[in-house]
Amino acid sequence: MNHVRVRDDECKGCAVCVSVCPKGCLAMSGKLNTMGYEYVHFFHEEACTACGLCFLSCPEPSALTVLAEQEVE
Amino acid sequence: MIGQVQKFGKSDSFYDTYERKGEGEQSTHYCPGCGHGTIQKLIAQAIDDLKIQDRTIFLSPVGCSVFAYYYYDTGNIQCSHGRAPAVATGVKRTVKDAIVISYQGDGDLAGIGMTEIVHAANRGEPITVFFINNAIYGMTGGQMAPTTPLGRKTLTTPFGRDRDRDGMPMGMAELMQAIAAPVFIERCSVATPKELLKTRKAVHKALQNQIDNKGFSFVEILSPCPTNWGMSPVDARTWMDQQMTLLYPLGNFRDSVTKQDDRPGDQEEPLWLDDEALVDLLKGASDVPVMRMEPLSETQRVKIAGFGGQGVLSAGELVATCGMSEGLAVSWLPSYGPEMRGGSANVSVTLSMEDVGSPLVDHPNVLLVMNGPSLDHFEDQVVENALVFVNSSIVTRKVRRTDVRTIYIPATDLAQEAGLVSAANVVMVTAYLLLSKAIPLDTLKRCIPLVLRKKAFLEKNLSLVERTMVYLQENGMV
Amino acid sequence: MGKRLMKGNEAAVHGALMGGCTHFFGYPITPASEISQAAAYYFTAAGRTFLQAESEVSVINMLYGAASAGARVMTASSGPGIALMGEGLSYLAGAKLPSVVIDMQRAGPGLGNIWPEQSDYNMVVKGGGHGNYSNITLTPASAQEMFDFTRKAFELADRYRMTVFILSDAYIGQMMEPVEISGPVLHGQRKDWAVYGDSQSRKNLISSIYMSPALQRKHNEELQQTYRQVEQEVVDYELYMADDAEIVFVAYGIVARICHSAVHALREQGIRASLLRPKTVFPFPKNVVEDFAKRGIPLAVVELSSGQMADDVSLAANGNVEVLRYLTMGGETPTVAELVSSVRRDLATLGSRRSS
Ligand SMILES: Cc1ncc(C[n+]2csc(CCOP(=O)(O)OP(=O)(O)O)c2C)c(N)n1
Ligand code: SF4
Ligand code: SF4
Ligand code: SF4
Repeated sequence: MNHVRVRDDECKGCAVCVSVCPKGCLAMSGKLNTMGYEYVHFFHEEACTACGLCFLSCPEPSALTVLAEQEVE
Repeated sequence: MIGQVQKFGKSDSFYDTYERKGEGEQSTHYCPGCGHGTIQKLIAQAIDDLKIQDRTIFLSPVGCSVFAYYYYDTGNIQCSHGRAPAVATGVKRTVKDAIVISYQGDGDLAGIGMTEIVHAANRGEPITVFFINNAIYGMTGGQMAPTTPLGRKTLTTPFGRDRDRDGMPMGMAELMQAIAAPVFIERCSVATPKELLKTRKAVHKALQNQIDNKGFSFVEILSPCPTNWGMSPVDARTWMDQQMTLLYPLGNFRDSVTKQDDRPGDQEEPLWLDDEALVDLLKGASDVPVMRMEPLSETQRVKIAGFGGQGVLSAGELVATCGMSEGLAVSWLPSYGPEMRGGSANVSVTLSMEDVGSPLVDHPNVLLVMNGPSLDHFEDQVVENALVFVNSSIVTRKVRRTDVRTIYIPATDLAQEAGLVSAANVVMVTAYLLLSKAIPLDTLKRCIPLVLRKKAFLEKNLSLVERTMVYLQENGMV
Repeated sequence: MGKRLMKGNEAAVHGALMGGCTHFFGYPITPASEISQAAAYYFTAAGRTFLQAESEVSVINMLYGAASAGARVMTASSGPGIALMGEGLSYLAGAKLPSVVIDMQRAGPGLGNIWPEQSDYNMVVKGGGHGNYSNITLTPASAQEMFDFTRKAFELADRYRMTVFILSDAYIGQMMEPVEISGPVLHGQRKDWAVYGDSQSRKNLISSIYMSPALQRKHNEELQQTYRQVEQEVVDYELYMADDAEIVFVAYGIVARICHSAVHALREQGIRASLLRPKTVFPFPKNVVEDFAKRGIPLAVVELSSGQMADDVSLAANGNVEVLRYLTMGGETPTVAELVSSVRRDLATLGSRRSS
């Protein structure tokens, strides 16, 4: 399964990633990080296509990391 | 085996932690949802993909992105407000292989820095410009930018931007399109995923162009400033998509295939001269041999005056060169600026055995006048016993002073007879040197080629010197 | 060794190339245009870079860019242009970038005229832009010194990572004198702080920003430290016939040349006049002035301004002696005869005041 890793402490809760995800895999978590922002939460692994749109739209360099499932040796 | 691999993650071109921002920092200084962060990621990714991290020099502007150097693990230069294209010019003309990125906001580029961007574009500097159009002055808290839409309320347009007072929003991509040199002009946006992907391509292309040394690339990127727009980050993007793009239509304006180097009209780049060749260039041909046989009886404070075109300044140069060639201390100071405009010209020359103090000749002991007004002007200034040489072909009156030694020579006539219409100056100088004995005639002949601009006339000039000598002898002056 | 007869303006360009300057950015203004014109020829012919910018604002920022990339850079302008460069000069100082700027002073304020004045003294010597900073300021008085000082300026700029000004005037630039193209060609070295667009310099940052007051203060203190060091190491002046001085002219540039003649004229009349000619005005030769002042030898500042350098002389004299001011503005220059009569008049007044 694909996965999007969220670094809670780097997320500023802008929700842009939530709005761009075509599969609705992301949502606000309802919890605050150390900066005081409500960070985002990845919850829908089955639907995620690892398209990267969430990553590309996010203004933060490393709040999100998109991991794709594939053959590895 | 099935596993997970990173497909999208932090760019290598970003520092691991942003120490310049603070110890161990991982997040940016941008507001939540700010377009700067998104765009800078796209640029970092392109730097990674194109493998130009070592070569890249990133110019941070003044504006919210002033701290871009916190993030980019590349060479960094922070620039003054609006001037990054000039700085980029300086950088690129020093390190030609560097990839120079000028990243600028709309206040920076379209406001205060309009001159710099237009001229850098017009010169076709082979750099890449990313123009972040967020229609507002972000960093200073939300004042009107040149790009702010009509009617939009900002801190400095509390009643909305007014066309008659504030002008129309500025379309920079359109303006760039009016300039011939840029090779790539595109306007894109980060409002929607679709546009974002186009932006990614444009960023890539604009940098690839620089790698290929194609020329000036300009990418305008519409970008949200949720904070100063007073919108949520998501609403801001919706507004951009629905409204802002009406004002600023997206698309490629130019994607030229011609390489910068292939354009017509380019001069060949001159070769770098090594030390020896450089010294040769600077010393030139007119290295003057120095020898002095006899001491100078008196410091010569010479004033030569006439109208422009009579060769007054070069007559002075000839006298000074002769002095120099004799190992004397010399100075040459021309009349200057507005004084020249009326058509009159004069020059002060000093020849001395000791260092020349003031090069200004307030009270000449030698006066060479080439025309009437010059005699009127300088007659009273010469000292007692001065030598006054008058070009009697042109000056009709006599010298009134009786305490000076006056010599009348039909200099213009003599020159014309010798077939040199404009060489009356040579006659005057010859007469002066012969009568004053300040400089031997041989030295004069040796120095004429050093001063003469039109080398073809050298022989005629030298024979004019002889002719002048004969004239002075015939008339019992020497 | 042979010499060439050339204008101060041309000599400066020769000095620049001999000093290892590789980049000249210019914008025309009388009486500095001839420098750009000569640079356009010689820099291009030598395979160096000459570029005419769109404004002095761009010029100074091109200097900023090229200096950031490690080049030896220069420009030349006059009052109105230097004023436009103010912000950029401040950025250069803040980012500790070496550069060389020639100011061929003309008369102001405003457009003024193109005759010589020395009224940019405060602007140049005291910085020219915002913030606490100084520029090393050299004051040539001959075509040879236009060559020598410009050549040397690049070494100073690199050594102290500062802007070095050549503060000259319309006459020194226009005047032709014999110039010896002397010395080896100097070259800038690779700088460990510059950005070259390569892996060794990748971590380097050129910036004048220090975000916290504490860091900005430290930066300021370091700059001031450099300026104190410059005061120790760079100050330069000429004393002319000063051993038996009865009165000392203080003057630089074209005025120093006039004073040189005035010294002779006064001595012919039995007055033991002397000349202190600063070759640097930042650092200012304070100690020499102070020394004369303490010995009670009156100082006569001759200056083409409202007394901008005279203020520095007064400061150094510290009330110990009379500082006479012979000031001319607007583009005129004092004649030797005028200086002689002023000195005679004022020495008489001082003498009678002392004896009474
Ligand atoms: C010479 C000068 N004038 C004014 C300023 C103040 N200033 C700082 S940022 C800025 C506007 C920046 O707006 P923009 O370029 O649109 O960038 P943004 O902050 O929106 O990204 C201004 C006017 C300055 N730093 N320097
Ligand atoms: S990678 Fe694509 S599908 Fe997966 S969460 Fe991100 S935007 Fe949604
Ligand atoms: S886009 Fe980035 S910063 Fe914004 S909510 Fe998503 S992860 Fe957080
Ligand atoms: S003020 Fe606007 S442009 Fe500046 S960081 Fe915040 S959102 Fe971005």
